[in-house]
Amino acid sequence: MDELLVDFITETRETLETLASEIVAWETAPSDRALLDSIFRFVHTVKGSCGFLNLPRLGLLSHAAEDVLADCRAERLLPDAALVTAVLAVIDRISALTEALESGEAIIDDDAQLIAALRPGAAAPAQNPLFAPSSAPAAAEPETLAQDGEDETGGRMVSQQAPSAPARGSPRSIRLPVQLLDRMMAGVSDMVLARNDLSRRLRDNGADPAIDAAFERLTLCIGEMRESITRTRMARIENLFSALPRMVRDVSAELGKRVVLEIDGNDVELDREMIEMIRDPLTHIVRNAIDHGIESPGDRVLAGKSVHGRLRVSARQAGNQIAIEAVDDGGGIDADRLLAKAIENNVLSAEKAVGMSWHAKLQLIFTPGLSTAQNVTSISGRGVGMDVVRANVERIGGLVEVDSRPGQGTRLSMKVPLTLTIIPALTVSAGGHQFAIPRSAIDELVRVNGVSARLGDLGGAKVVNIRGRRLSVVMLASFLGLESQRPDDQLTMVVLKPAGGDIFAVAVDEVHDHEELVVKPAAPALMATGIYAGTTLPDNSHPMLLLDPGGIAQMAGLLGQSVEADDIIPAAGVVVDTTEPTLIFRDLDNVERAIQLALVERIDEAPAHSIAFSAGRLRISRDDKLVPLMSCGPIGDRASFRVLRMSDGNMSIAYAISEVIDIVPMDIACEPAIEPGLVAGVTLVDGRPVELIDIHWLFAEASRDDIGPAHQPLCLLSDSADPWSRQVLLPLLRSAGYRVTFPDHADANEADIILTGAEADDRIERARDLPMIHLTTHRDDSRPDRVYRYDRKGLLETLRRQTGGRRRAS
Amino acid sequence: MIGLFLIVTIAGKRVALPASTVESVVEIDEIEAVPLVPRHIAGLFALRSRVMTVIDSSASVDGSRLERKDRTEAVIVNCEGHGYAILVENVDDVVQLTEPVMPCRAVLQPGWARVALGVIEIDDETLLVVDPAALVEGSEVSAAA
Repeated sequence: MDELLVDFITETRETLETLASEIVAWETAPSDRALLDSIFRFVHTVKGSCGFLNLPRLGLLSHAAEDVLADCRAERLLPDAALVTAVLAVIDRISALTEALESGEAIIDDDAQLIAALRPGAAAPAQNPLFAPSSAPAAAEPETLAQDGEDETGGRMVSQQAPSAPARGSPRSIRLPVQLLDRMMAGVSDMVLARNDLSRRLRDNGADPAIDAAFERLTLCIGEMRESITRTRMARIENLFSALPRMVRDVSAELGKRVVLEIDGNDVELDREMIEMIRDPLTHIVRNAIDHGIESPGDRVLAGKSVHGRLRVSARQAGNQIAIEAVDDGGGIDADRLLAKAIENNVLSAEKAVGMSWHAKLQLIFTPGLSTAQNVTSISGRGVGMDVVRANVERIGGLVEVDSRPGQGTRLSMKVPLTLTIIPALTVSAGGHQFAIPRSAIDELVRVNGVSARLGDLGGAKVVNIRGRRLSVVMLASFLGLESQRPDDQLTMVVLKPAGGDIFAVAVDEVHDHEELVVKPAAPALMATGIYAGTTLPDNSHPMLLLDPGGIAQMAGLLGQSVEADDIIPAAGVVVDTTEPTLIFRDLDNVERAIQLALVERIDEAPAHSIAFSAGRLRISRDDKLVPLMSCGPIGDRASFRVLRMSDGNMSIAYAISEVIDIVPMDIACEPAIEPGLVAGVTLVDGRPVELIDIHWLFAEASRDDIGPAHQPLCLLSDSADPWSRQVLLPLLRSAGYRVTFPDHADANEADIILTGAEADDRIERARDLPMIHLTTHRDDSRPDRVYRYDRKGLLETLRRQTGGRRRAS
Repeated sequence: MIGLFLIVTIAGKRVALPASTVESVVEIDEIEAVPLVPRHIAGLFALRSRVMTVIDSSASVDGSRLERKDRTEAVIVNCEGHGYAILVENVDDVVQLTEPVMPCRAVLQPGWARVALGVIEIDDETLLVVDPAALVEGSEVSAAA
């Protein structure tokens, strides 16, 4: 049976067990808020799981019960005995159906009656659900899971699903107290150490082959035992994440949204207990992100975003915590609306609301009974969820944080304590001490050899140049106040990429081994240093500390910047190792072209009037800034068009296109173009040739002659009244990249050159002691500084010469 | 506080530790030093499969460091879920007391005042009762060093 389904059954069964007494209590006190809440949460959770596991009957039942209970919570409905009975009947049915999922038994389907009974005024339903005694249906294909959703009315006999399970399956899992597992783990660890000790003694006393063989066998057994005992406690977070792609697919399909899910940190291992505890919160968070966060494709296009919303779920181990984050690039949370709602629902008084910071307002999302969702859907949006999420996470000593920017996205992070973790780590040594570095943070290892990696000094700070990439270096030994045992040119660079921080290198004396280490939290005094993440005991039984790469970067002053806007929008990750998300678009000349999505900052709709021809090229204005506008050909006379905005981190450019076609993961390798130009090469997408844009060429082309307005020479036109100067000369100068002013303007004194047409102005303007060009109306006036006024080439040439070559030759 | 006390020597003085806080007394062979930590943290030590943080009791009390020859015996205590091995110069005795711990009236040096819980009388000898948790915590002085 599907593992998720098993989880669902176990979980539902357990909740029902604990809920049993509350249900009884609720019957006697229907208006008790706490009881109402816990029953409501139960059906809400069931509803959520059903949507995702595709169990329509359970889904309908729980959704109906949730509706009624939500009304009770909102005091739109007063729970009376009939309602309580109806809800209990539904819960009984949920319980029966859940059991049936496992046993494969069929349950008579009169759900519609049960649901109808929930509504006020309905007659009380039959007291108990009828278990229809039936022969177990034949084992069905897994695809038939809950496909009976089409016609579920009346008392038809329908089995919710028919897995190939043994009749009335006894669960193949048992529960054990965690302490017992801990004792087992400690016992096995001690056994390993005893084995190591024995091994040493055997070696010292000379070998007897018979004893050696027995010892080998013992070693093997202990190894296997340790492995399995460890597995009893630890699981990769992948177990939790593996359910997400399907869920995201289903939820986004239901909502008509397009979502690209990125998952990162699958190999982080954590306590099974923890995984179970964060399963629900994570489910809620992901649903919320798709339902409330990511906008519909239409809205996204209007907002200038890519059609596909991005949702990145990641796990990483940071210090003595596991941080799980869900970051979306959706519409963000409207904290003000949240606040308004809180006041409206009497969660918060209007006085208290005054002067609340944005962050404080955002935290209201965790208040019970608050939701900004406009519509109630089967996905989420009934004011339940975030408060449950927080309650669940805090119960295990964790922390939930929300950060959001309107229009840009939302980041929800859960931090749960690292009770016990197995981390793949690299052991290194520096200054005679051994340390472990989490492998997840390591980008690469490079030996300093003066060829591919050179260590240098930059104003007292060490930097390493690895294949042209310059990185800050933390000399681990001296950083820790130790003496390095190797000369600088024999060190090894461990290039680290701490989550959320800049890449940097740590110089270590030696790299030893890759090991899977059981990491436990270190004593508070050690954690307080900020550079250790925990302690571990490798097989050699010398305790070792796990370094915290993020902490080291911070202590070494390599980071410390707060979350910036572009941190909220996740950098385009690599979906599959060799492919990159690539934007396919139709260019102005109707050719399909592609560009790496990572380089596109956003896609804008630009009106034609935002384009100006200035300083020798087309530029597009936005936010009072001019950005070079590139295109494959003439823009034509469209009223508006789309532009891709790109940045190389230093300069921004825009590229005009006709329309966006799609975003696909694509292998960047392509047939190279014959000569350098706009197109780097051509590749096939779905059998169609698509030209890949050469971004390097594009930026090179754009920066070839990019001069900011401040560097453009200022031309003073002496005769402001002359229509020719204003209407003929001025546009020519501007389009050639010069600024223009007149004698009566404020910036006239900053002029670099004077252009004059009349002899009379000569004397006055000479006083300014500036180069001057006389424009004459006679073609053959050959005096110096005289230029025939329609000799465009001559005029621009003279201008360029006279302004001292301030403007680089184009 | 009536009951068993472990008499140990810390920073040259005989003191009593409430036995209820002590898990065991062990011999320590090898301590892995830890860089960049407060002075009273001597390092890490593996007690079977558990990693203990080793506390230099001397440094914790008066900021001095124990000499290597004195780093052999340690008292294992558990503070807030973490195991610690407190190095002591000597482990003398375990005594059973019927008298309660009395408040200390003498003016102690700051380092001792911080760790003292009170005094007990054993065979005409007055001994300071020391709080292992305070030793683990270390003084401001040692933290700054």
